[in-house]
Amino acid sequence: MRVFWSLLQRDLLLAMRRRTEVLTGLFFMVIVASLFPLAIGPEMDFLRRMAPGILWIGALLSSLLSLTRLFEADYLDGSLEQLVLLPSNLALNVTAKMAAHWLLSGLPLVVLAPLLGLQFDLGVDLLLSLMLTLLIGTPILTALGAIGAALTLGVRGGSVLLSLLVLPLMVPVLVFGAGALEAQMGGLGIEAHVSILLAMMLGSLALSPFACAMAIKLSVE
Amino acid sequence: MLSGQQLAAKKGRVTLFQNMDFELPAGQWLFLSGGNGSGKTTLLRILCGLGLPDHGQVLWRQTPTQIDCSVLHREMMYVGHALGLKEELSAMENLRFHAQMTEHVFDAAQTREVLATLGLKGREHLSLRVLSQGQKRRVALAKLLLYPVPLWILDEPFVALDAQGLKVLVKAMQTHLQQSGLLVYTSHQRVEIDAPGMEMSLNS
Repeated sequence: MRVFWSLLQRDLLLAMRRRTEVLTGLFFMVIVASLFPLAIGPEMDFLRRMAPGILWIGALLSSLLSLTRLFEADYLDGSLEQLVLLPSNLALNVTAKMAAHWLLSGLPLVVLAPLLGLQFDLGVDLLLSLMLTLLIGTPILTALGAIGAALTLGVRGGSVLLSLLVLPLMVPVLVFGAGALEAQMGGLGIEAHVSILLAMMLGSLALSPFACAMAIKLSVE
Repeated sequence: MLSGQQLAAKKGRVTLFQNMDFELPAGQWLFLSGGNGSGKTTLLRILCGLGLPDHGQVLWRQTPTQIDCSVLHREMMYVGHALGLKEELSAMENLRFHAQMTEHVFDAAQTREVLATLGLKGREHLSLRVLSQGQKRRVALAKLLLYPVPLWILDEPFVALDAQGLKVLVKAMQTHLQQSGLLVYTSHQRVEIDAPGMEMSLNS
């Protein structure tokens, strides 16, 4: 576990040293979410109906944007080799990297979401639901994306391949994440959608580290 | 302690080496020589468990590493072409995280001392980005001096080092071997190491 914490701490410190990279994904989300209301115009009902889809697509694309650099820097400077050669469990260490990635790309989205949602005239209860679904959904995006990032290491045009690989897997997250808000607008409640999202989160968090560890071992060989 | 049995490796259809047998006892070095592309790095990576041989096996303390490599990984240090250091961090930070991840105790005073013997005095807190190639390599070598493990596997350790750096490294290697450590390395440069050892040529 000490290795886990020091790896997490190292990745956070590295992110502090190259802040622009971390901010790119967030900035992207802010731009997407702010341009839509401007382009569509001030029709409140229409905006409110579009909001879940737009905000969730923004979140998905922004996390996809940051995924390529999850393992890439480590791969290029040899740190990933050293990680494989550590006596401690590789899957656990990969989880530390995923946790750092989520703290830097997922959590800020959750915090930022209510501000962005205001532009779509969402009410307080809808904003809270948006935060909740993002809080459950973004770890799934990180966990699924990490598998793709590990598989495409060292591949030319890796980022395109990464999108092709993980987008189909991420679609259910988008459907249930945005669906939860639509259900709430329709007065149905979000419990069903949230339960499914939770199940997906637990499943992906449990399996993804092992898949990533295997993929990383293959790619450093 | 470290031995290879019938090792063979292929790159595509080209056989790099085959029927490679060796037995390296404690306190000795193994120098892998050979031209560019003769498979030196491939063999080193197989020895440390990063790659798999197409045939044969590697044994560490009589245990095949393909079955259980955790003992080997605890007792081995590998410095390859890519040094495994973070450019954004300073030498001290790099070494601190290395210590934590390999579950060693980090001692700041001792680390400073070792960096000073490697000629990096006053540069401990500079980000590695501003250090020269040779200085970065010295930081990577500091790992070897700080955290003693029985087996050193070094890929071209003399590259980018100046005469003084070379002297420090060779002396460290000799001390390591005297303390019954093992050393496997590749190089295009012939360096006299005052300890028993053997050379293995990969030129077919």
